[in-house]
Amino acid sequence: MSDTHILKIESLEAKVAAENLDILNGVNLEIGKGEVHAIMGPNGSGKSTLAKILAGHPGYEHTAGEVLFKGQNLLELDPDERSRAGIFLAFQYPVEIPGVSIANFLRTALQAHLTEEEELDIFEFSDMLTERMSMLEMDISFAERHVNDGFSGGEKKRNEILQMAVLKPTLAVMDETDSGLDIDALKIVSNGVNKLTEEDPEMSILLITHYQRLLNYITPDFVHVMVDGRLVRSGGPEIALELEKDGYKNWKNSELVSLSNEPDIPKTA
Amino acid sequence: MPRNETVQDLQLDEYKYDFVTDAEPVYRARKGLSEEVVREISAYKEEPEWMLNSRLKALQVYESKPMPTWGGNLSELDAVLDEIYFYVRPQDRMEHSWEDVPEEIKDTFEKLGIPEAERKVLAGVGAQYESEMVYHSLREEWEKQGVIFDSIEDGLKNHPDLFREYFGTVIPTQDNKFAAMNAAVWSGGSFVYIPPGVHLDTPLQAYFRVNQERMGQFERTLIICDEGASAHYIEGCTAPVYSTESFHSGVIEIVVKKNARFRYTTIQNWSNNMYNLVTQRALVHEGANMEWLDGNLGSKLTMKYPSCYLVGEGAHGEILSVAYSGDGQHQDTGGKVIHAAPHTTSSIISKSISKGHGRSTYRGLCKVHEGAHHARSNVECDALLINNTSRTDTYPYIEIEENDANVGHEASVSKIGEEQLFYLTSRGISEEEAMAMIVRGFIEPIAKELPLEYAVELNRLIELEMEGSVG
Repeated sequence: MSDTHILKIESLEAKVAAENLDILNGVNLEIGKGEVHAIMGPNGSGKSTLAKILAGHPGYEHTAGEVLFKGQNLLELDPDERSRAGIFLAFQYPVEIPGVSIANFLRTALQAHLTEEEELDIFEFSDMLTERMSMLEMDISFAERHVNDGFSGGEKKRNEILQMAVLKPTLAVMDETDSGLDIDALKIVSNGVNKLTEEDPEMSILLITHYQRLLNYITPDFVHVMVDGRLVRSGGPEIALELEKDGYKNWKNSELVSLSNEPDIPKTA
Repeated sequence: MPRNETVQDLQLDEYKYDFVTDAEPVYRARKGLSEEVVREISAYKEEPEWMLNSRLKALQVYESKPMPTWGGNLSELDAVLDEIYFYVRPQDRMEHSWEDVPEEIKDTFEKLGIPEAERKVLAGVGAQYESEMVYHSLREEWEKQGVIFDSIEDGLKNHPDLFREYFGTVIPTQDNKFAAMNAAVWSGGSFVYIPPGVHLDTPLQAYFRVNQERMGQFERTLIICDEGASAHYIEGCTAPVYSTESFHSGVIEIVVKKNARFRYTTIQNWSNNMYNLVTQRALVHEGANMEWLDGNLGSKLTMKYPSCYLVGEGAHGEILSVAYSGDGQHQDTGGKVIHAAPHTTSSIISKSISKGHGRSTYRGLCKVHEGAHHARSNVECDALLINNTSRTDTYPYIEIEENDANVGHEASVSKIGEEQLFYLTSRGISEEEAMAMIVRGFIEPIAKELPLEYAVELNRLIELEMEGSVG
């Protein structure tokens, strides 16, 4: 593990933009190069809000604290700038864009990641896309379908992994990627993620999940527990197993106060 | 990236083809509409007596009909009509080869971006410059097959019997005020005849523009697709910007005979001061198939409802339309399908995009007459609103006189969603490009039906129109 962090979140507070509803109440987290972190937590704990805040969703507003991504103040960038800087959000609910083919969408996105002088070679792109899709064991005809339009839950999630494989981010934030997937689809999606981390060991991943089962397929280096907008416990993969056994109920009572006084930030080696 | 360059290089709302060439019109009728003007036009064209009489009768019908009070706002139109020229002729004669076409006019085509190679490949490019065909070529093999692709004037001169048999039979003079006006002062347009059993693979194309300030354009097109024949006719128009109001009122009549197939494609991009009131209708006979593919951009007000009259058993009619309304524009468009025979089928797909203070109206009619049993029709109209100030209305009229008719109607209104924009921008795509992408996706079901060069043109026009939508 590297001792230089890619992402550093300090005392981050955030709310829903349209309401006075605080969701994050002081999150601290550091992610190093090539590390896989998992944030687990019950529904409504703020996990997905953290993912959206990192990607710049306009429906959420940060109210205090800061986020540094590769030393840069992430929160002042627009969503497209964040993507070009190397952040990727795999959506919990990928959005349908009727009439736009996946190939066209990916080509436009990849072109946007290049400098103005560089022009994406259409043939090189086509070869690359074919290669990426075969790595993820996807049929090439998938690229001609319209983005998420009429897709099954599994197809939507695979489409997210394909985008990640094409855009090759520095940090991938995966928001409940396992939700709505049966066990076969979960295996396919996790295999895809594992292939990408094997291919690029420097890529960092932040997994956000309600359930432990995803962590059977993608092994995290660190696991954090989020309750009421704070990370209340951090440690190794064993935490996930504890949660599986006891559920989240232990974290929702008065113990929380003492637990939340523990350091949030994982001790990096 | 090339698309972004395009977007930055061009000014918002500056009309793409805003240029004027210096071609001097040879003959120009006086301003406004009168019997004298109608007689002058007819005399100038050396028309037979019956045509002059038909024009004069049409003028009476025009004058007797009140200005429509439905649809768009026509309250200022009378004043506009007093100030326009109803006939302008740029040249004394038709040009027969490309070499004979004057440089200035070639220059206009150059600016319109019709590539040299395309002119040759796409044989039969009848380009209407001002009111008449100045250049008209027809591929040799078509001539051998007996296909006629002429200016409407030459159609009348060279094929008088065929012309007279069909002229005004699909859209009679009494049909509506503007059809009557067109019948009185028509000038320019195409005359097309496809003989029985002839299949044309290459589309017939007419590209024309209005280039004279305060000039009305009253093109008249008559197409007969004979039994078992098939063809595709494409018309694209674009007009330069002027400060005064401009007016266009065309009439398109199509007869699709037994078991024939015909498709008529139009992409119209009028300047923002144009009144565009067009009547286009097809008579579809037994087992025949008619498709209207209609794209409306620009203009101040467009009122246009391509129609299919399904008069023979098993006839099929299809109308695909896309409309784009920007600030100060009203697109009042849609389609009409009239089922007048058994086992007839039809479909209307209409898509509109409204931006800024633009307004799009879908106005459609599906009528099933008594006796037209087992008719099936499906109407789908989708509106996309770009801003909170944009407006859309839907007026679907359905009249059914048969119990077993199967008629469906679906309508949807959507706004470009925050979630869609966030999804695309979170992949690195700029907000402006993301909007254009969503709009292109919205019209994709129609764009994919167009020949490639027109689909590209349509997408490009919409991209130009979409500039400055962000924020």
